[in-house]
Order: sequence, then C-alpha cells, then structure tokens
Amino acid sequence: MPTTVDLNELMALPDATGHFGPYGGRFASETLMGALDELAALYEKMWRDPEFQAEFDRDLAHYVGRPSPLYHAERLSRELGGAQIYLKREDLNHTGAHKVNNTIGQALLAKFMGKPRVIAETGAGQHGVASATVAARLGLECVVYMGAEDVRRQALNVYRMKLLGATVVPVQSGTRTLKDALNEAMRDWVTNVDNTFYIIGTVAGPHPYPKMVRDFQCVIGREARQQCLAQTGKLPDALVACVGGGSNAIGLFHPFIGDADVRMVGVEAGGYGLETGQHAAPLCKGRPGVLHGNRTYLMEDDAGQIIGTHSVSAGLDYPGVGPEHAWLKDTGRAEYVAINDDEALDAFRRLTRVEGIMPALESAHAIAHAIKMAPQMSPDQVLLVNLSGRGDKDIHTVADIDGITV
Amino acid sequence: MSRIQSCFEKLKVSGRKALIPYVTAGDPVQEVTVDLMHALADSGADIIELGVPFSDPMADGPVIQLACERALRAGTRLLDVLAMVAEFRQRNTDTPVVLMGYLNPVEAIGYRTFMEKAREAGVDGVLTVDLPPEEADEFCAALRDNGLDAIFLLAPTTSDARMKQICERGSGYVYYVSVKGVTGSAALNVDEVESRVTAIRSMTNLPVGVGFGIKDRASAAAVSRVSDGVIVGSVLVNKIAELADHPERIAPEVAAIVADLRAGMDDA
Ligand SMILES: Cc1ncc(COP(=O)(O)O)c(C=O)c1O
Repeated sequence: MPTTVDLNELMALPDATGHFGPYGGRFASETLMGALDELAALYEKMWRDPEFQAEFDRDLAHYVGRPSPLYHAERLSRELGGAQIYLKREDLNHTGAHKVNNTIGQALLAKFMGKPRVIAETGAGQHGVASATVAARLGLECVVYMGAEDVRRQALNVYRMKLLGATVVPVQSGTRTLKDALNEAMRDWVTNVDNTFYIIGTVAGPHPYPKMVRDFQCVIGREARQQCLAQTGKLPDALVACVGGGSNAIGLFHPFIGDADVRMVGVEAGGYGLETGQHAAPLCKGRPGVLHGNRTYLMEDDAGQIIGTHSVSAGLDYPGVGPEHAWLKDTGRAEYVAINDDEALDAFRRLTRVEGIMPALESAHAIAHAIKMAPQMSPDQVLLVNLSGRGDKDIHTVADIDGITV
Repeated sequence: MSRIQSCFEKLKVSGRKALIPYVTAGDPVQEVTVDLMHALADSGADIIELGVPFSDPMADGPVIQLACERALRAGTRLLDVLAMVAEFRQRNTDTPVVLMGYLNPVEAIGYRTFMEKAREAGVDGVLTVDLPPEEADEFCAALRDNGLDAIFLLAPTTSDARMKQICERGSGYVYYVSVKGVTGSAALNVDEVESRVTAIRSMTNLPVGVGFGIKDRASAAAVSRVSDGVIVGSVLVNKIAELADHPERIAPEVAAIVADLRAGMDDA
C-alpha cells in the first residue's frame, strides 16, 4: 500500500493531546476532564516505570499464560493452496480472548490509584468477563454494563461474570447493544468519578484510552513479530485481524507499522452485506464524526445521528472504531475490508473442522478474510491472522442458527 | 451587545436572576415546541435552552434520554430545530435562545455552515456538552464570526486553573454543573454551589448560571440567591413526558411550573 506519511512518525502517534492526525482527541463531559488528565499523567509515568512493567509482564506470563503460541495452520493452508497461515492464539489466554491483556494493565492502574470500584462496558461479554476476573483477583467491586440485546445473545458470559462476583446491568436504552453500554458506563463514571476506575475495553473513548489500551495490547504484535521471525526466518507478508473497536487489530498491527512491506488488513463486520446498510463497518462505509470521546469514522445518518448496526457477532456490533485505525486508513498504511455474517459462520465451521480450533465469531471474520486472501498469495508467503478469542461463548448463537437447542 | 448580554444587564438593573428552562426540541412532536417556547417566555423565562436531540446522549439521565428518543422518533433533526427557532423569532425578538446538545450533529453539517444558519434563524448561543475548550478552536472561531455566544460548562471537578481558561474562552454566561452526575441526578448542596460560584466570580465577569439537580421552587430560590441564573430541565421534561399523549396540555402545564419557579426566585 503506498503511503505518503513517515512511518516512524505514524508509529509515534498520538500527540500529547491524543490526536492521530485529525482523529482521536478528548471530547468528554467537563466533569470527567480532571479524571482523564489524572489518568493520562499516571499512565505515562507508570508505562515508563520498570517496576510497573515488570509487574505487568509477570501477570501476563503467570496469570494470562503468555506468550500465546503462534500456530502454523498447515492443514488449512494446504487446503487453500496459497500462503502459509499462522494463527496468533489469543484464544488460549486466560478467560479466552485478547481482552484480558488490557484489563490486567488497567487494573494495575486502578490499584495504584486506590480506586475500590471498577466499571466496564461489554458487547460479547469477553471484556466484561476479563474485567470481572481482574476485579475478583484484586478484590474490587465490579459493575458491567451490557446492552439488553447482548445479554440475551451472550448468556454464557453473563453467567460467568455473575459467578465472578460482578453486577451485570442490562442497558435498555437506544439500540441495546455495545454503544449504549458505553453511554451508560460513561454516565456511571460521571456520577462516581471519585471512587471509580472505568476500564474501557477497546481502543476507543477519550484520550488517553486509545493509546493506553493499544500499549497494553501491543504485546500481541511484539510476540508475533519475534515468533514469526523465529519460525519462518522472516516477517509476515500480511497481517489480518477483525475490527470491532479495534483493540486486537491495533495490538497486532502497531509493532509492524514501521515495516513497510508488511500489509495490514483490518476486517469489519459486514453483517447482512455492505449493500444492505445492515452492518457494522464504519471504516468501509461510514464517515468521520465525534462519538464516545473521540473523532473517528462512524455509522451515522446525514444529520449526524448514530445509526443502528448489525453483526452476528456482538463484539463487532459497534458504530465507531478506534481513532488510530481511522488514521491508518486515511494514510493508506492499513486496509479495511468487510466480511458478512454468512462468511464468518462458514469460517467458524471450517476452522473448527479443519484445525480443531473453534474461533470466536469476531475472530471468524478475520479467518474468513484470510481464507479469501491466502489463495491469491504464494506458498512461500506468510499470512498471520489474529485469533482474538475462542468460540465457546458463541455456541448458542451457532446452534440457534442451525435450529438446535442445546 | 449580544441578546444574552443585554438580558443579563436588564436583570441586574431590576435586581432579578435569570430563569433558564431547558426543553428538548421536538419532544414529543415537533408541532408543540414553538408554542411551548412562547409559553415559557410569557411565564417568566429569561433565556430558553433548547435541547437538540441526539441518539447517544451520554451526559443525560433517563428523563432527557427518553426525550431525545421521542424527539428523534418524531423526526427532529438539527435543521428542524433551527426552523423552530426561526419561527419563534417571528413573534419574539427579545428572549435569547441557546441550543444545547452534542457535537456530532453539528459536525455533520459543518461548523461554518451550521453557525451561519443558526445566526440567520436567530439563535444566540451554543452549548455542546461533549466539546471541551481544548478541542473547540475552530468551533469557537465559527461562533464568533457569526456573533454567537460560546457557552461552556464548569463542573465540581474542574480545577481553578482550568476554570480560568474556560471562562476566558466562553461568552454570554458560564454554566456551572452543580453535581457530579448526569442531568436529573440527585439534589444539589447549596453551600457547596455558593462557594464554587464565588470562586468562579473571582475569575470572570461573565454571569454564572447553575444547573443539574434543581427540582422545585425551593431549590430554584436557594440557587438564585447564590448565582446569576437558574437552569431547570428534567422537571419540565418529566411533565412533557407525562403529557406526551395530550400535546395540547404541554405548553400551559409546563408554563405553570415555570411561573411557580419564577415566583419562588423573585421572593428569594
Ligand atoms: C474475541 C473478540 N475479538 C474481537 C473483539 C472486538 O474488539 P476489538 O476490535 O477491540 O478487538 C471482541 C470484543 O468483544 C472479542 O470478544
């Protein structure tokens, strides 16, 4: 992909006020501005503190189980007859997705700030589970906001959160999905800002969240880079990851931004198809605007009202996207495509049958696109796919579609 | 002198405080809003804050969230709100109107285009709750070029240094959010409000309006004693919600609440 920006400069973003080119920034209620300043200052200090780094690394190693493997999916690669597909196994992390990398980091900050209460928003429930998990471990009160529609389709994760001691609040407003959960969590934070740490689950929200969450997730890309070099003797030719808010994708992409020859492909949720308007693909079909604290691509109508999204996967069902992706798109450093519900479901089944790995429906979007890309590449090329989570949570959704009651 | 400025000047001369009701435009249907604005002005409102409905009202409690949903269902968009203001101006050229809402609908139209249309319609000021002054350079320039006031929020959590900066950026009046929370939250503490308003006054000559948590005649009276203006929203919007099926009763019954608040403030 040709790009006119200096890649080192691109990698050094955001600027001091949280901007990635024209995107990002801090569009928040005045009541939260002080807390965001405080968080940004603490985060910058801690991220440079060797002791904090050591504690973060220790937790990632012994609690999360990192490094996660990079697995050569030989049988799938052979079937497709093109590039060698390597899977970054974030599904093998404790709690079953990449989300925990971030909640470990933010929980450490909450502990340093002495906040007794954490809140989170969740779509698929993976971030809610990861937040409830770290809260249980640190003895913090945890409240998770979840759209009422998602509470229904991710019942397993709702029960997991309850077992972990969290309170799950179904959100009835708006479209009853992830964006409304985020609104409600923000409202809680404005009200309880003195004693509460808000653990945002993706690279969205006001500065410093998009940067902070990215930094915590970059362990994915750093490991993948080393593992790929060790296993194949070279860097991957292309990276593929699904994009909801964009945290697993940016975690994989960011350490490779400076490697101009590594293609980066983000996969949005195409829902019933981009042409139907029923999807969750703001980078493919939206336009820039301001929501949830930052400027980025949004799904909105002509009058700037946010419109309803659709995806079979709750974790991708979001009308916005992290601001860094918006800038990676505009600069041409990364490409963004969409995969429809049906294609994702096919990929879910295929990876399960061919490799014995059941991906989350979110991750299945990335797999589906890799299935399209690989045959157009040569067998000596490497296609590295982020398998952001495992599919246990989606078994009910898939069974429903199959007409089976489990 | 802007319409907002001269409004506060006149109040000062007569020794009264500004009563600033908030209603969401187009709630529950677009037809009620202009009549309601006139009724508010006739029953003692000095400035009208007209809410622009948004799909994701993050800073609002359930009462105004539902108002936004009703107004959006009735098809109300930002340009419709401007049309309501223009219609209001045909019979009222005195009462300042401030649009209150979120940034994205303005982004969608474009700052310059929007501000020009707002000026033509007769809008006096704009308050966007998710636009802090740090991000507002272009926005404020476009406001200024069209003679519109930039109303900013100050919160209980705003540091003194920040308050000073915000007051320098704002014009018309500053809006002190009296409680940590969303609109319609728990009752405010008048002593705390008084000490914050005193601090704000030491930094700016702009009038200080106080909103969030003012529920009745008593709290309106108490806040009017320690500030320059009282902003009341959820109580009125709640009444509108109650009367959603009887739109003809909305203007008179909401006006009655405003008249009661006015009386309380004037006795204070
Ligand atoms: C397994 C998995 N992958 C991806 C996502 C999407 O989030 P993001 O784009 O921030 O990685 C989610 C969100 O819930 C998830 O659970």
